[in-house]
Amino acid sequence: MGELRTQEMLLNMGPQHPSTHGVIRFVVKTDGEVMTTAVPDVGYLHRSIEKIAEKATYHGFMPWTDRVDYLAAMNCNYTYALAVERLAGIETSRRAEFLRVISMELNRIISHLLAVGALGMDVGAYTPFVHGLREREKVNDLIEELCGQRLTYNYARVGGVIYDMPPGWDKKVLSFINQFEPLLEEFNRLLTDNKILIHRLRGIGVITKEDAINYNLVGPNLRGSGVKWDLRKDIPYSVYPEFDFEIPVGTGEGGALGDCYDRYMVRIKEMRESCKILRQCFEKIPAEGEAQVKVPKKVRPPAGEVYVRTESTRGDLGCYLVSDGSDKPYRVKFRAGSFTAMSIVEKISRGMMIADLVAFIASLDVVAPEIDR
Amino acid sequence: MTPEEIYRELIKHSQIEWVEGAKLPVTSATSGDPFLVVPAAKILEIAKVLKTREEFSFDCLSSLTAVDRFANQRFEVVYHLFSYKHRHNVTLKIYLERGDTAHLSTVESLWGCANWFEREVYDLFGIKFDQHSDLRRIMLPDDWVGHPLRKDYKEQEDYHGIATTRPPLIQ
Repeated sequence: MGELRTQEMLLNMGPQHPSTHGVIRFVVKTDGEVMTTAVPDVGYLHRSIEKIAEKATYHGFMPWTDRVDYLAAMNCNYTYALAVERLAGIETSRRAEFLRVISMELNRIISHLLAVGALGMDVGAYTPFVHGLREREKVNDLIEELCGQRLTYNYARVGGVIYDMPPGWDKKVLSFINQFEPLLEEFNRLLTDNKILIHRLRGIGVITKEDAINYNLVGPNLRGSGVKWDLRKDIPYSVYPEFDFEIPVGTGEGGALGDCYDRYMVRIKEMRESCKILRQCFEKIPAEGEAQVKVPKKVRPPAGEVYVRTESTRGDLGCYLVSDGSDKPYRVKFRAGSFTAMSIVEKISRGMMIADLVAFIASLDVVAPEIDR
Repeated sequence: MTPEEIYRELIKHSQIEWVEGAKLPVTSATSGDPFLVVPAAKILEIAKVLKTREEFSFDCLSSLTAVDRFANQRFEVVYHLFSYKHRHNVTLKIYLERGDTAHLSTVESLWGCANWFEREVYDLFGIKFDQHSDLRRIMLPDDWVGHPLRKDYKEQEDYHGIATTRPPLIQ
Protein backbone atom coordinates (compact mmCIF):
# COMPACT_ATOMS: atom_id res chain seq x y z
CA MET A 1 0.00 0.00 0.00
CA GLY A 2 1.30 3.40 -0.91
CA GLU A 3 1.75 6.16 1.56
CA LEU A 4 -1.39 8.09 2.39
CA ARG A 5 -1.04 11.60 1.12
CA THR A 6 -2.88 14.44 2.73
CA GLN A 7 -3.47 17.85 1.32
CA GLU A 8 -3.54 21.15 3.14
CA MET A 9 -7.02 22.56 3.38
CA LEU A 10 -8.24 26.06 4.09
CA LEU A 11 -11.29 26.18 6.35
CA ASN A 12 -13.44 28.97 7.66
CA MET A 13 -14.41 28.67 11.28
CA GLY A 14 -16.98 31.33 11.96
CA PRO A 15 -17.94 34.20 11.75
CA GLN A 16 -21.06 32.56 13.16
CA HIS A 17 -19.70 29.46 14.79
CA PRO A 18 -21.14 28.49 18.18
CA SER A 19 -17.72 28.15 19.75
CA THR A 20 -16.18 31.43 18.63
CA HIS A 21 -17.93 33.32 21.46
CA GLY A 22 -19.28 36.06 19.29
CA VAL A 23 -18.73 37.02 15.71
CA ILE A 24 -15.13 36.10 15.03
CA ARG A 25 -13.78 34.29 12.01
CA PHE A 26 -10.81 31.99 12.04
CA VAL A 27 -9.09 31.11 8.80
CA VAL A 28 -7.85 27.65 9.64
CA LYS A 29 -5.22 25.85 7.60
CA THR A 30 -5.44 22.17 8.30
CA ASP A 31 -3.63 19.03 7.40
CA GLY A 32 -6.14 16.41 8.43
CA GLU A 33 -7.21 17.06 12.01
CA VAL A 34 -4.08 19.02 12.79
CA MET A 35 -3.94 22.72 12.04
CA THR A 36 -0.99 24.47 10.52
CA THR A 37 -2.28 27.82 11.73
CA ALA A 38 -5.47 29.52 12.73
CA VAL A 39 -5.52 33.19 11.76
CA PRO A 40 -8.18 35.21 13.59
CA ASP A 41 -10.11 37.68 11.50
CA VAL A 42 -11.96 40.19 13.64
CA GLY A 43 -13.94 43.35 13.03
CA TYR A 44 -17.39 41.94 12.31
CA LEU A 45 -18.82 43.82 15.29
CA HIS A 46 -16.89 47.04 14.94
CA ARG A 47 -19.18 49.93 15.88
CA SER A 48 -16.61 52.69 16.23
CA ILE A 49 -17.29 53.33 19.88
CA GLU A 50 -14.16 55.46 19.98
CA LYS A 51 -15.49 57.68 17.19
CA ILE A 52 -18.85 57.98 18.92
CA ALA A 53 -17.03 59.15 22.05
CA GLU A 54 -15.73 62.14 20.15
CA LYS A 55 -19.28 63.19 19.31
CA ALA A 56 -20.80 62.65 22.77
CA THR A 57 -20.34 64.64 25.95
CA TYR A 58 -18.41 63.19 28.87
CA HIS A 59 -21.62 62.18 30.63
CA GLY A 60 -23.33 61.20 27.40
CA PHE A 61 -20.72 58.62 26.51
CA MET A 62 -21.36 56.63 29.68
CA PRO A 63 -24.05 54.29 28.21
CA TRP A 64 -21.70 53.43 25.35
CA THR A 65 -19.08 52.09 27.72
CA ASP A 66 -21.52 49.27 28.55
CA ARG A 67 -21.17 48.05 25.00
CA VAL A 68 -17.39 47.73 25.17
CA ASP A 69 -17.70 44.54 27.17
CA TYR A 70 -21.31 43.58 27.67
CA LEU A 71 -20.39 40.87 30.17
CA ALA A 72 -18.48 43.26 32.40
CA ALA A 73 -20.35 46.51 31.88
CA MET A 74 -19.83 47.61 35.49
CA ASN A 75 -16.08 47.47 35.07
CA CYS A 76 -16.15 49.39 31.80
CA ASN A 77 -18.42 52.06 33.30
CA TYR A 78 -16.08 52.40 36.21
CA THR A 79 -12.91 52.58 34.12
CA TYR A 80 -14.25 55.39 31.98
CA ALA A 81 -15.67 57.26 34.99
CA LEU A 82 -12.31 56.92 36.73
CA ALA A 83 -10.48 58.30 33.71
CA VAL A 84 -12.74 61.36 33.59
CA GLU A 85 -12.45 61.86 37.34
CA ARG A 86 -8.65 61.68 37.25
CA LEU A 87 -8.51 64.19 34.45
CA ALA A 88 -11.06 66.56 35.91
CA GLY A 89 -9.88 66.16 39.51
CA ILE A 90 -13.19 64.95 40.89
CA GLU A 91 -13.25 63.15 44.24
CA THR A 92 -16.05 60.71 44.94
CA SER A 93 -17.48 59.79 48.31
CA ARG A 94 -16.29 56.72 50.18
CA ARG A 95 -19.72 55.13 50.09
CA ALA A 96 -19.86 55.51 46.32
CA GLU A 97 -16.52 53.73 45.99
CA PHE A 98 -17.84 50.82 48.05
CA LEU A 99 -20.95 50.63 45.92
CA ARG A 100 -18.77 50.56 42.83
CA VAL A 101 -16.63 47.76 44.21
CA ILE A 102 -19.70 45.75 45.20
CA SER A 103 -21.19 46.10 41.74
CA MET A 104 -17.91 45.25 40.04
CA GLU A 105 -17.30 42.14 42.11
CA LEU A 106 -20.84 40.91 41.48
CA ASN A 107 -20.12 41.50 37.82
CA ARG A 108 -16.90 39.52 38.06
CA ILE A 109 -18.74 36.54 39.52
CA ILE A 110 -21.35 36.41 36.78
CA SER A 111 -18.84 37.01 34.03
CA HIS A 112 -16.66 34.14 35.25
CA LEU A 113 -19.74 31.95 35.68
CA LEU A 114 -20.56 32.40 32.04
CA ALA A 115 -16.92 31.92 31.04
CA VAL A 116 -16.44 28.59 32.81
CA GLY A 117 -19.94 27.43 31.88
CA ALA A 118 -19.40 28.23 28.23
CA LEU A 119 -16.03 26.52 28.33
CA GLY A 120 -17.73 23.41 29.64
CA MET A 121 -20.27 23.64 26.88
CA ASP A 122 -17.60 24.06 24.21
CA VAL A 123 -15.88 20.87 25.25
CA GLY A 124 -19.17 18.99 25.46
CA ALA A 125 -20.66 19.42 28.92
CA TYR A 126 -23.98 21.19 28.68
CA THR A 127 -25.34 20.88 32.24
CA PRO A 128 -22.76 23.06 34.02
CA PHE A 129 -23.54 25.86 31.60
CA VAL A 130 -27.17 25.79 32.67
CA HIS A 131 -26.11 25.75 36.32
CA GLY A 132 -23.93 28.75 35.66
CA LEU A 133 -26.72 30.60 33.94
CA ARG A 134 -29.11 29.86 36.80
CA GLU A 135 -26.75 31.49 39.30
CA ARG A 136 -26.12 34.32 36.87
CA GLU A 137 -29.84 35.02 36.78
CA LYS A 138 -29.92 35.38 40.56
CA VAL A 139 -27.16 37.98 40.45
CA ASN A 140 -28.84 39.71 37.55
CA ASP A 141 -31.98 40.00 39.69
CA LEU A 142 -29.91 41.62 42.42
CA ILE A 143 -28.27 44.02 39.99
CA GLU A 144 -31.63 44.84 38.46
CA GLU A 145 -32.82 45.90 41.90
CA LEU A 146 -29.74 48.06 42.21
CA CYS A 147 -29.76 49.87 38.87
CA GLY A 148 -32.75 48.68 36.85
CA GLN A 149 -30.83 46.85 34.17
CA ARG A 150 -29.81 43.27 33.56
CA LEU A 151 -27.05 43.56 30.99
CA THR A 152 -26.07 47.11 30.09
CA TYR A 153 -26.04 48.40 33.63
CA ASN A 154 -24.92 51.97 33.08
CA TYR A 155 -24.49 52.23 36.85
CA ALA A 156 -21.31 54.18 37.49
CA ARG A 157 -21.30 57.91 36.89
CA VAL A 158 -18.67 60.58 36.88
CA GLY A 159 -18.52 61.38 40.58
CA GLY A 160 -19.99 58.16 41.94
CA VAL A 161 -22.90 55.91 41.03
CA ILE A 162 -26.41 56.72 39.90
CA TYR A 163 -28.41 55.12 42.76
CA ASP A 164 -27.64 54.12 46.28
CA MET A 165 -28.52 50.52 47.14
CA PRO A 166 -32.15 49.89 48.07
CA PRO A 167 -32.91 49.12 51.75
CA GLY A 168 -32.36 45.48 52.64
CA TRP A 169 -30.41 44.81 49.46
CA ASP A 170 -27.20 43.93 51.31
CA LYS A 171 -29.01 41.10 53.10
CA LYS A 172 -30.11 39.69 49.79
CA VAL A 173 -26.60 39.77 48.39
CA LEU A 174 -25.21 38.12 51.51
CA SER A 175 -27.80 35.37 51.35
CA PHE A 176 -26.88 34.84 47.70
CA ILE A 177 -23.20 34.48 48.64
CA ASN A 178 -24.12 32.08 51.44
CA GLN A 179 -25.81 29.73 49.02
CA PHE A 180 -23.36 30.36 46.18
CA GLU A 181 -20.18 29.34 47.99
CA PRO A 182 -21.28 25.77 48.74
CA LEU A 183 -22.71 25.58 45.25
CA LEU A 184 -19.28 26.38 43.85
CA GLU A 185 -18.06 23.19 45.52
CA GLU A 186 -20.82 21.30 43.79
CA PHE A 187 -19.89 22.95 40.52
CA ASN A 188 -16.35 21.74 41.05
CA ARG A 189 -17.55 18.20 41.63
CA LEU A 190 -19.65 18.41 38.49
CA LEU A 191 -17.14 20.02 36.15
CA THR A 192 -13.73 20.90 37.55
CA ASP A 193 -12.86 17.43 38.77
CA ASN A 194 -14.41 15.84 35.74
CA LYS A 195 -11.89 13.55 34.07
CA ILE A 196 -13.06 14.35 30.57
CA LEU A 197 -12.76 18.09 31.13
CA ILE A 198 -9.30 17.73 32.63
CA HIS A 199 -8.17 15.64 29.68
CA ARG A 200 -9.61 18.09 27.21
CA LEU A 201 -7.78 21.02 28.81
CA ARG A 202 -4.58 19.64 30.25
CA GLY A 203 -1.47 20.58 28.33
CA ILE A 204 -3.50 22.29 25.59
CA GLY A 205 -2.69 25.79 24.40
CA VAL A 206 0.25 26.31 26.71
CA ILE A 207 1.22 29.97 26.96
CA THR A 208 4.55 30.55 28.61
CA LYS A 209 5.16 33.39 31.02
CA GLU A 210 7.32 35.20 28.47
CA ASP A 211 4.74 34.89 25.71
CA ALA A 212 1.98 36.04 28.01
CA ILE A 213 3.87 39.23 28.84
CA ASN A 214 5.16 39.75 25.32
CA TYR A 215 1.67 39.49 23.85
CA ASN A 216 0.28 41.59 26.68
CA LEU A 217 -2.15 39.01 27.99
CA VAL A 218 -3.96 40.29 31.05
CA GLY A 219 -6.19 39.15 33.87
CA PRO A 220 -6.90 35.44 34.34
CA ASN A 221 -5.06 34.60 31.11
CA LEU A 222 -1.88 36.18 32.43
CA ARG A 223 -2.29 34.73 35.90
CA GLY A 224 -2.94 31.32 34.39
CA SER A 225 0.59 31.48 33.02
CA GLY A 226 1.91 31.88 36.53
CA VAL A 227 2.37 35.65 36.71
CA LYS A 228 1.06 36.88 40.03
CA TRP A 229 -0.29 40.20 38.91
CA ASP A 230 -3.57 41.83 39.71
CA LEU A 231 -4.10 45.56 39.46
CA ARG A 232 -6.47 45.45 42.41
CA LYS A 233 -3.48 44.49 44.56
CA ASP A 234 -0.46 45.72 42.62
CA ILE A 235 -1.54 49.17 41.47
CA PRO A 236 -4.46 49.62 43.85
CA TYR A 237 -7.35 51.86 42.99
CA SER A 238 -10.68 52.65 44.65
CA VAL A 239 -10.98 51.02 48.11
CA TYR A 240 -9.38 47.70 47.16
CA PRO A 241 -6.35 48.09 49.48
CA GLU A 242 -8.73 47.73 52.46
CA PHE A 243 -9.73 44.19 51.57
CA ASP A 244 -8.05 40.93 52.34
CA PHE A 245 -8.07 38.56 49.38
CA GLU A 246 -5.81 36.22 47.49
CA ILE A 247 -4.68 36.34 43.88
CA PRO A 248 -5.01 32.88 42.38
CA VAL A 249 -2.37 31.95 39.83
CA GLY A 250 -1.88 28.96 37.57
CA THR A 251 0.03 26.13 39.19
CA GLY A 252 0.23 23.65 36.36
CA GLU A 253 -2.00 21.22 38.25
CA GLY A 254 -3.63 20.07 35.01
CA GLY A 255 -0.37 19.22 33.32
CA ALA A 256 1.61 22.21 32.12
CA LEU A 257 1.84 25.72 33.52
CA GLY A 258 -0.21 28.11 31.42
CA ASP A 259 -2.44 25.52 29.77
CA CYS A 260 -6.19 25.82 29.32
CA TYR A 261 -6.87 24.11 32.64
CA ASP A 262 -4.83 26.70 34.52
CA ARG A 263 -6.77 29.57 32.99
CA TYR A 264 -10.00 27.79 33.81
CA MET A 265 -8.94 27.17 37.41
CA VAL A 266 -7.92 30.78 37.98
CA ARG A 267 -11.47 31.86 37.12
CA ILE A 268 -13.01 29.29 39.45
CA LYS A 269 -10.79 30.43 42.30
CA GLU A 270 -11.38 34.10 41.59
CA MET A 271 -15.11 33.71 42.11
CA ARG A 272 -14.42 32.59 45.65
CA GLU A 273 -12.16 35.59 46.23
CA SER A 274 -14.87 37.91 44.91
CA CYS A 275 -17.27 36.46 47.48
CA LYS A 276 -14.69 37.24 50.14
CA ILE A 277 -14.40 40.84 48.96
CA LEU A 278 -18.18 41.23 48.90
CA ARG A 279 -18.51 40.08 52.49
CA GLN A 280 -15.88 42.58 53.61
CA CYS A 281 -17.58 45.32 51.60
CA PHE A 282 -20.80 44.96 53.53
CA GLU A 283 -18.92 45.01 56.82
CA LYS A 284 -16.98 48.15 56.02
CA ILE A 285 -19.33 50.25 53.94
CA PRO A 286 -19.89 53.61 55.65
CA ALA A 287 -23.51 54.28 56.56
CA GLU A 288 -23.33 57.91 55.50
CA GLY A 289 -22.30 59.47 52.22
CA GLU A 290 -23.86 60.41 48.96
CA ALA A 291 -24.00 58.07 45.99
CA GLN A 292 -22.89 60.78 43.61
CA VAL A 293 -21.01 63.93 44.53
CA LYS A 294 -21.99 67.21 42.93
CA VAL A 295 -20.64 67.28 39.40
CA PRO A 296 -21.27 70.05 36.86
CA LYS A 297 -23.86 69.23 34.19
CA LYS A 298 -21.14 69.70 31.62
CA VAL A 299 -17.81 68.31 32.71
CA ARG A 300 -14.92 70.17 31.14
CA PRO A 301 -11.63 68.63 32.19
CA PRO A 302 -8.57 70.79 31.49
CA ALA A 303 -6.60 69.97 28.34
CA GLY A 304 -4.43 66.97 28.96
CA GLU A 305 -4.48 63.24 28.83
CA VAL A 306 -4.64 60.31 31.18
CA TYR A 307 -4.22 56.55 30.88
CA VAL A 308 -6.14 54.59 33.49
CA ARG A 309 -5.95 50.85 34.01
CA THR A 310 -8.30 48.76 36.11
CA GLU A 311 -8.76 45.06 36.63
CA SER A 312 -11.84 44.13 34.66
CA THR A 313 -13.10 40.54 34.57
CA ARG A 314 -11.09 39.95 31.43
CA GLY A 315 -8.12 41.67 32.99
CA ASP A 316 -6.40 44.98 32.65
CA LEU A 317 -8.79 47.37 30.95
CA GLY A 318 -7.03 50.55 29.89
CA CYS A 319 -8.77 53.78 29.05
CA TYR A 320 -6.73 56.47 27.32
CA LEU A 321 -8.57 59.75 27.49
CA VAL A 322 -7.45 62.96 25.80
CA SER A 323 -9.18 66.22 26.55
CA ASP A 324 -8.88 69.50 24.67
CA GLY A 325 -10.73 71.45 27.32
CA SER A 326 -14.17 71.26 25.71
CA ASP A 327 -17.16 69.31 27.02
CA LYS A 328 -16.51 66.40 24.64
CA PRO A 329 -13.60 63.97 24.85
CA TYR A 330 -11.03 64.62 22.13
CA ARG A 331 -10.02 60.99 21.94
CA VAL A 332 -11.02 57.90 23.90
CA LYS A 333 -9.23 54.62 23.48
CA PHE A 334 -10.15 51.39 25.22
CA ARG A 335 -7.32 48.92 25.41
CA ALA A 336 -9.14 45.71 26.13
CA GLY A 337 -7.89 42.32 27.25
CA SER A 338 -9.69 40.32 24.58
CA PHE A 339 -7.95 42.21 21.79
CA THR A 340 -4.49 41.19 22.91
CA ALA A 341 -5.63 37.70 23.90
CA MET A 342 -6.77 37.22 20.33
CA SER A 343 -3.47 38.32 18.83
CA ILE A 344 -1.67 35.36 20.38
CA VAL A 345 -3.95 32.74 18.80
CA GLU A 346 -2.04 32.62 15.54
CA LYS A 347 1.18 31.79 17.35
CA ILE A 348 -0.15 29.21 19.79
CA SER A 349 -2.45 27.44 17.33
CA ARG A 350 0.36 25.99 15.23
CA GLY A 351 0.16 22.21 15.28
CA MET A 352 -2.97 22.13 17.41
CA MET A 353 -6.01 19.92 16.74
CA ILE A 354 -9.14 21.70 15.57
CA ALA A 355 -11.09 20.41 18.57
CA ASP A 356 -8.41 21.82 20.84
CA LEU A 357 -8.67 25.23 19.21
CA VAL A 358 -12.26 25.36 20.46
CA ALA A 359 -11.10 24.66 24.01
CA PHE A 360 -8.26 27.15 23.65
CA ILE A 361 -10.49 30.02 22.54
CA ALA A 362 -12.98 29.21 25.29
CA SER A 363 -10.22 29.26 27.89
CA LEU A 364 -9.12 32.73 26.74
CA ASP A 365 -12.65 33.98 27.49
CA VAL A 366 -12.76 36.52 24.69
CA VAL A 367 -15.78 38.73 24.16
CA ALA A 368 -16.17 39.89 20.57
CA PRO A 369 -17.20 43.52 21.16
CA GLU A 370 -14.21 43.96 23.41
CA ILE A 371 -11.95 42.96 20.54
CA ASP A 372 -13.63 45.20 18.00
CA ARG A 373 -15.15 47.98 20.11
CA MET B 1 11.28 55.49 38.15
CA THR B 2 9.22 58.48 37.13
CA PRO B 3 9.09 59.49 33.45
CA GLU B 4 11.49 62.38 34.22
CA GLU B 5 14.04 60.00 35.72
CA ILE B 6 13.65 57.63 32.81
CA TYR B 7 14.39 60.45 30.42
CA ARG B 8 17.50 61.46 32.34
CA GLU B 9 18.69 57.86 32.32
CA LEU B 10 18.09 57.72 28.58
CA ILE B 11 20.37 60.72 28.03
CA LYS B 12 23.10 59.15 30.12
CA HIS B 13 23.07 56.15 27.90
CA SER B 14 25.88 57.12 25.52
CA GLN B 15 24.60 55.35 22.42
CA ILE B 16 21.65 57.66 22.12
CA GLU B 17 23.30 60.83 20.97
CA TRP B 18 20.18 62.38 19.53
CA VAL B 19 18.98 63.60 22.89
CA GLU B 20 22.20 65.38 23.88
CA GLY B 21 21.58 69.06 24.07
CA ALA B 22 17.98 68.66 23.13
CA LYS B 23 15.38 70.36 25.20
CA LEU B 24 13.73 68.28 27.83
CA PRO B 25 10.78 66.87 25.95
CA VAL B 26 8.98 65.78 29.09
CA THR B 27 5.71 67.56 28.74
CA SER B 28 3.92 67.77 32.01
CA ALA B 29 0.67 68.64 30.34
CA THR B 30 -1.65 71.04 32.15
CA SER B 31 -3.33 68.01 33.65
CA GLY B 32 -2.95 64.26 33.51
CA ASP B 33 0.05 62.09 32.74
CA PRO B 34 3.42 63.37 31.50
CA PHE B 35 4.94 61.91 28.33
CA LEU B 36 8.20 61.86 26.38
CA VAL B 37 8.32 63.09 22.80
CA VAL B 38 10.56 60.93 20.69
CA PRO B 39 11.79 61.57 17.10
CA ALA B 40 10.00 59.23 14.69
CA ALA B 41 13.21 57.94 13.13
CA LYS B 42 14.53 56.80 16.51
CA ILE B 43 11.57 54.92 17.89
CA LEU B 44 12.88 51.41 17.30
CA GLU B 45 16.26 52.28 18.79
CA ILE B 46 14.75 53.83 21.89
CA ALA B 47 12.20 51.11 22.30
CA LYS B 48 14.99 48.53 22.19
CA VAL B 49 16.91 50.37 24.91
CA LEU B 50 13.80 50.70 27.04
CA LYS B 51 12.98 47.03 26.70
CA THR B 52 16.37 45.42 27.05
CA ARG B 53 18.31 47.54 29.53
CA GLU B 54 18.04 46.30 33.07
CA GLU B 55 17.18 49.63 34.70
CA PHE B 56 14.16 50.12 32.41
CA SER B 57 12.97 46.56 31.66
CA PHE B 58 9.80 47.62 29.86
CA ASP B 59 8.65 44.12 29.05
CA CYS B 60 5.06 45.06 28.31
CA LEU B 61 3.63 47.33 25.64
CA SER B 62 0.43 48.15 27.43
CA SER B 63 -1.16 50.17 24.67
CA LEU B 64 -0.34 51.66 21.30
CA THR B 65 -2.66 54.14 19.72
CA ALA B 66 -2.79 57.45 17.90
CA VAL B 67 -4.44 60.84 18.20
CA ASP B 68 -5.30 63.11 15.29
CA ARG B 69 -4.37 66.68 16.20
CA PHE B 70 -6.18 68.24 13.32
CA ALA B 71 -5.57 71.84 14.39
CA ASN B 72 -1.80 71.28 14.51
CA GLN B 73 -1.81 69.17 11.35
CA ARG B 74 -0.10 66.26 13.01
CA PHE B 75 -0.65 62.71 14.19
CA GLU B 76 0.52 61.65 17.58
CA VAL B 77 1.37 58.00 17.98
CA VAL B 78 1.25 57.08 21.67
CA TYR B 79 3.02 54.16 23.33
CA HIS B 80 2.22 53.20 26.90
CA LEU B 81 5.01 51.05 28.22
CA PHE B 82 4.94 49.19 31.47
CA SER B 83 7.43 47.10 33.39
CA TYR B 84 6.25 44.16 35.46
CA LYS B 85 9.67 43.97 37.02
CA HIS B 86 10.07 47.52 38.29
CA ARG B 87 6.40 48.45 38.22
CA HIS B 88 6.98 51.73 36.50
CA ASN B 89 5.46 53.07 33.32
CA VAL B 90 6.25 55.65 30.71
CA THR B 91 4.36 57.21 27.84
CA LEU B 92 6.18 57.82 24.56
CA LYS B 93 4.82 60.06 21.86
CA ILE B 94 5.76 60.56 18.26
CA TYR B 95 4.70 63.55 16.22
CA LEU B 96 4.11 62.78 12.56
CA GLU B 97 3.10 65.14 9.82
CA ARG B 98 -0.56 64.62 9.12
CA GLY B 99 -1.40 62.99 5.81
CA ASP B 100 -1.45 59.78 3.85
CA THR B 101 2.31 59.45 3.79
CA ALA B 102 2.73 59.35 7.57
CA HIS B 103 4.86 56.36 8.45
CA LEU B 104 7.22 55.07 11.12
CA SER B 105 9.05 51.92 12.06
CA THR B 106 7.27 48.97 13.60
CA VAL B 107 8.14 47.73 17.08
CA GLU B 108 6.72 44.29 16.38
CA SER B 109 10.11 42.66 16.88
CA LEU B 110 10.16 43.80 20.51
CA TRP B 111 6.57 43.27 21.63
CA GLY B 112 4.39 40.64 20.00
CA CYS B 113 1.17 42.49 20.68
CA ALA B 114 2.40 45.48 18.64
CA ASN B 115 1.48 43.58 15.49
CA TRP B 116 -2.25 43.97 16.08
CA PHE B 117 -2.02 47.40 17.72
CA GLU B 118 -0.22 48.74 14.67
CA ARG B 119 -2.71 47.17 12.31
CA GLU B 120 -5.46 48.92 14.23
CA VAL B 121 -3.71 52.28 14.03
CA TYR B 122 -3.11 51.72 10.33
CA ASP B 123 -6.74 50.86 9.78
CA LEU B 124 -8.27 53.73 11.72
CA PHE B 125 -5.71 56.49 11.11
CA GLY B 126 -3.87 55.44 7.97
CA ILE B 127 -0.43 55.63 9.53
CA LYS B 128 1.88 53.10 7.91
CA PHE B 129 4.38 50.99 9.81
CA ASP B 130 7.54 50.11 7.89
CA GLN B 131 8.69 46.49 7.93
CA HIS B 132 5.45 45.36 9.50
CA SER B 133 4.93 41.67 8.74
CA ASP B 134 1.23 41.83 7.94
CA LEU B 135 -0.04 45.38 7.52
CA ARG B 136 -3.68 44.88 6.60
CA ARG B 137 -6.86 46.49 7.83
CA ILE B 138 -8.11 44.76 10.96
CA MET B 139 -11.51 46.22 11.85
CA LEU B 140 -12.83 47.37 8.47
CA PRO B 141 -13.05 45.54 5.15
CA ASP B 142 -9.94 45.69 2.96
CA ASP B 143 -11.64 47.87 0.36
CA TRP B 144 -13.05 50.43 2.76
CA VAL B 145 -12.32 54.03 1.80
CA GLY B 146 -10.86 56.37 4.39
CA HIS B 147 -9.68 56.10 7.97
CA PRO B 148 -12.54 56.70 10.41
CA LEU B 149 -10.71 58.07 13.43
CA ARG B 150 -9.28 60.99 11.50
CA LYS B 151 -11.02 64.18 12.47
CA ASP B 152 -11.87 65.09 8.87
CA TYR B 153 -13.22 61.64 7.98
CA LYS B 154 -16.25 61.61 5.71
CA GLU B 155 -18.03 58.30 5.43
CA GLN B 156 -18.55 57.10 1.87
CA GLU B 157 -22.17 57.19 0.78
CA ASP B 158 -22.44 53.54 -0.08
CA TYR B 159 -20.39 50.41 0.25
CA HIS B 160 -20.90 47.84 -2.53
CA GLY B 161 -24.29 49.34 -3.27
CA ILE B 162 -25.42 49.31 0.36
CA ALA B 163 -26.26 52.76 1.65
CA THR B 164 -24.36 53.74 4.80
CA THR B 165 -27.09 56.11 5.93
CA ARG B 166 -30.79 55.49 6.29
CA PRO B 167 -33.82 57.67 6.73
CA PRO B 168 -34.78 58.42 10.33
CA LEU B 169 -37.15 55.91 11.91
CA ILE B 170 -39.49 58.67 13.06
CA GLN B 171 -40.22 61.58 10.73
